[in-house]
Amino acid sequence: MALITVRDLSLGYEGRAITEKLNFTVNAGDYFCVVGENGSGKSTLMKTLLGLREPLAGEIIFGDGLKKNEIGYLPQQTVVQKDFPASVWEIVLSGCQARAGLRPFYNKEEKALARENMERMGITDLEKRCYRELSGGQQQRVLLARALCSARKILLLDEPVSGLDPKVTAEMYSLIRQINKEGIILIMISHDLSAAVRYADHILHIGTTLFFGTKEDYLKSEEGKIFLLQQGGIENDR
Amino acid sequence: MIDKLGLYLEYPFVRYALIVGVLIALCSSLLGVTLVLKRFSYIGDGLSHVAFGAMAIAAVLNLSNDMPLVLIVTIFGAVLLLRTGQNTKIKGDAAIAMISVGALAFGYLLMNIFSTSSNLSGDVCSTLFGSTSILTLTKGEVLICAVLSVAVVAIFVVFYNKIFAVTFDEDFSKATGVKAEAYNLMVAVVTAVIIVLAMNLVGSLLISALVIFPALSAMRIFKDFKKVTVCSAILSVVCAFFGIVISILAGTPVGSTIVVTDVVAFGLCSLAGFVKGGLSA
Repeated sequence: MALITVRDLSLGYEGRAITEKLNFTVNAGDYFCVVGENGSGKSTLMKTLLGLREPLAGEIIFGDGLKKNEIGYLPQQTVVQKDFPASVWEIVLSGCQARAGLRPFYNKEEKALARENMERMGITDLEKRCYRELSGGQQQRVLLARALCSARKILLLDEPVSGLDPKVTAEMYSLIRQINKEGIILIMISHDLSAAVRYADHILHIGTTLFFGTKEDYLKSEEGKIFLLQQGGIENDR
Repeated sequence: MIDKLGLYLEYPFVRYALIVGVLIALCSSLLGVTLVLKRFSYIGDGLSHVAFGAMAIAAVLNLSNDMPLVLIVTIFGAVLLLRTGQNTKIKGDAAIAMISVGALAFGYLLMNIFSTSSNLSGDVCSTLFGSTSILTLTKGEVLICAVLSVAVVAIFVVFYNKIFAVTFDEDFSKATGVKAEAYNLMVAVVTAVIIVLAMNLVGSLLISALVIFPALSAMRIFKDFKKVTVCSAILSVVCAFFGIVISILAGTPVGSTIVVTDVVAFGLCSLAGFVKGGLSA
């Protein structure tokens, strides 16, 4: 059975739909990428999947006993975080909060998990540094390490490379691919289609037209051709 | 001067004032860090005006003990304000300004129309600036204050990690299954309790200072959440202690003296932060 099944989902604000009749499934091991124009409802879809927002219609079914505290989330940075006095260690450890439940303090396993994920992201030496003094790429790694502390099965990424320079972007993508190879399902929002078709195995295109299927099918489809052409055009212009 | 202080400490009301002052300073500084970071610096001001409005109602109704009514109304106000921070049309700062000004005007109007006292502006002034009530505390009030303070500190320590997680990233916490709304509600209720307590000390106009200054001062120097919290608690306690002692020795108003002490501490911390930053850069 699929881990996430979405049936006839409609998304929008205050009763006005942005996207309607979404149908797709997410299975074990998937690298699932959501693409589409700005304002097509990508972030809204992610927030609905995470339960932060109610869908206008339709349903999301979690299969295989998937629980809330097995999901990791890499959100876009908020204004509040930009001048928040917190060390890297405190932030990564806070990813274990859902595991801790009602227990007030973190136990040894949770601290070990936080250390392990900092190592995976290569930020062990930043442990005592203040978050707001780090570079954009380093901050993203810190948030990714935090997300990994809570992701046992699924990790949702909201524009993980926005605002990063090309070199750091490439590093970020290879880190993310590594996480997927280690068995965690990825659902990623991106407006960078070239990266989506390079790394993902399933693509959901939302906007004026809808498409859901494997990357190979997407490249052959009308939506894919048009979108790729536009992106190609933009890249050629540079 | 030490002799003079020793002489004053013989009086129970001076000792009570010191105990209560230090406890309230401790509680407000603990929550201050969270509130400032959540962009709710002005909630102290807003809620104390709500409490002022409630006090006016209690006075009009001739209630002998206005504590329960004031507490309930203020908690209600706090929940309303901290909820509006999320998904409503009136955003945080506007909501606080609206409730604060509205409650203040409402309270003053009520007192004006139904006043039984001949010295109305004096009454209002002492409610707003907390004139001498800290020096007239009874043993019972000191006890209530001590119990509530211990409860607040205990809650803060037990939920410290959760408060940090929710303050830093509410969406992430909710998405991964942390009951962020419950913790927000808890912070709102505790904030309301502290503010009602603090009104006795500095009066409603100066409560914001107790919430904001220690947190901001600590943030000048330290860069991780735990150190900021601890430093802000220590600063707040020290400033409250010296503020009260100075006000007794110099005969100045208690509330404003504490706040001025906090302002001086903020200046010193900014300087220390600047020097520290200059050295490490």
